[in-house]
Amino acid sequence: MENLAFTQEVKPPNTQKGPVKWLKDNLFSTWYNSILTCLGLVILFFVFKSVFTWVFTQANWKVIPANLQILSIGSYPLEQIWRVSSVIYGLAVLLGLSAGIWNGLTRQITVAIGCIGAIILLLPFHISVREHALIANVIIAVCFAIGRDRDNWKRWVVIGWVLSFPWTMIMLHGFGADTVTTTNWGGLLLTLILAAIGILACFPLGVLLALGRRSQLPAIRWVSTIYIETVRGVPLITLLFMGSLLLPIFMPGDFQLDKVIRAMVVLTLFSAAYMAENVRGGLQAIPPGQVEAAQAVGLTYPKTMLFIDLPQALRSVIPAIVGQFIALFKDTSLVSVVGLLDLLGIGRSILGNPDWQGLQPEVYLFIAVIYFIFCYAMSFVSQKVEADLGIGKH
Amino acid sequence: MAENENTTNDPIIICEDVHKWFDDFHVLKGITTTFKKGEKAVICGPSGSGKSTFIRTINHLEEHQRGTIIVDGIELSNDLRNINLIRQEVGMVFQQFNLFPHLTNLKNITLGPIQVRKMSKSAAEEAALALLERMDIADQAYKYPAEISGGQQQRVAIARALAMEPKIMLFDEPTSALDPEMISEVLDVMRELAHSGMTMLVVTHEMGFAREVADRIMFFDEGVVIEEAAPADFFDNPQHERTKLFISQTLQH
Repeated sequence: MENLAFTQEVKPPNTQKGPVKWLKDNLFSTWYNSILTCLGLVILFFVFKSVFTWVFTQANWKVIPANLQILSIGSYPLEQIWRVSSVIYGLAVLLGLSAGIWNGLTRQITVAIGCIGAIILLLPFHISVREHALIANVIIAVCFAIGRDRDNWKRWVVIGWVLSFPWTMIMLHGFGADTVTTTNWGGLLLTLILAAIGILACFPLGVLLALGRRSQLPAIRWVSTIYIETVRGVPLITLLFMGSLLLPIFMPGDFQLDKVIRAMVVLTLFSAAYMAENVRGGLQAIPPGQVEAAQAVGLTYPKTMLFIDLPQALRSVIPAIVGQFIALFKDTSLVSVVGLLDLLGIGRSILGNPDWQGLQPEVYLFIAVIYFIFCYAMSFVSQKVEADLGIGKH
Repeated sequence: MAENENTTNDPIIICEDVHKWFDDFHVLKGITTTFKKGEKAVICGPSGSGKSTFIRTINHLEEHQRGTIIVDGIELSNDLRNINLIRQEVGMVFQQFNLFPHLTNLKNITLGPIQVRKMSKSAAEEAALALLERMDIADQAYKYPAEISGGQQQRVAIARALAMEPKIMLFDEPTSALDPEMISEVLDVMRELAHSGMTMLVVTHEMGFAREVADRIMFFDEGVVIEEAAPADFFDNPQHERTKLFISQTLQH
């Protein structure tokens, strides 16, 4: 009976929580930590004070609403703007339906995008812009309500997403007399198109190159390795110049490849080389026992790759892959060197206008915020994806 | 118990002078033997003797470089179609389980039947659940391998191999990576499998299991079979000095 004392449950030592306790533990634990905390607060105060005074009293924000149209769509003709709207509304329909059909992650992404719409609605933009944001948000909400729990629509929505890509290109480009040539595409519209195509295309290409570099067949291995090493060894700007200056020389006759398409191809090919190395890193980390187990149940090489190697490899390198997507998004700003006016290029051209001289801080800050919103959104989604897949757990 | 009522006289695996080198190292030095349908063979020997390599050549995870191996009438060559046919007939259980960590236990089992045997998803799941029931771990079906114990993982791995409805099962030290208290639950499942008439080749150090279940014990040393006999003869009347030493050492502790 004396032994009972040893088997009694012992509570863990008192670990009280709460903001006061946290402050005391982390910021005011010793006298010198207290001094550092106070000093930090003073510095933060002065930094924020000067930033806020500049943003709210000194900055001339008129430049943004006045140029919002060309910042968002470049010199896309106004009478054709319905083409852009129809693309946005089409994507809103798909997004709303997806959020209704798939739970969890899709819903969170949709809510995030809806929030961006709501912010645009509240900011003092031109009324037509706010109208678009409102209509898009209403469409998302309505489609969400329609699509709720309609599991049998899944296939159609997936097909819709696949078709949304050619649909976007055809709608934006138009045909016949209404054609809007890509020279008129610009601003955020161009940045988003370049980034979306680059990301969607560089991913499968990168996976194929990674598999190629690990292939047993020497020819495929060498071609992949030479490609990856060559592209990684050359700056993107050089490749963009080559695409715009050298490529036309080799093209037969008067065949002219569109400038935007050339930039898309170069961005895709460039990113694919980096993507390949990220994926290869993931493939190398898979223990050989996995492949043996797959072979032992009779899976062929392609199926082993598809069901065993790639899912595990890609999961483990999601942070690196998303890093590459973010880098690609920002790298689209380099296309201005070959005469395309993406978001940053348009910003520069606005500053070249005598009306808006000396407003560099305002314009560049605005553009930086836009880039940040999109890049952070990608990072946020990737963290959610990781949590959803239970990475680190199994 | 040594003579199993399920054993027939039809050969199912025929090995003729099988050689294998790892670079310059001669691992298998001419193995010639025949396994009959329903036979349970236990393969033992010191580490590095080539016993694991030998059973891995039978489903071509290791390539033999000389000699012939015929499994269920199909000769193992470099022809990929033959290799895949044989792998469908031969199940394998590994020392480290090698379950797929990104799939649930159920999906670990159904992957082969769905992708290789072209079974429908519902039929494969039904069969998999029945197998998990037989392994006594039906409640673990929707968990991931990392969430269950080593003994349970190895039983999922056995179920995964059985789901392909193989004619032969290869076990490569199936209990060597397990904690002592989990060894018996895996051995129980293997015993049950042995009584069902499966042809089994088992590399193991579990001599109690060998004595009880095996029809034949093969003793490997330095790439050759230096002694093979029924368990009673093997344990009580070993012929070779190396075998005597091995038995005295494994039975001592």
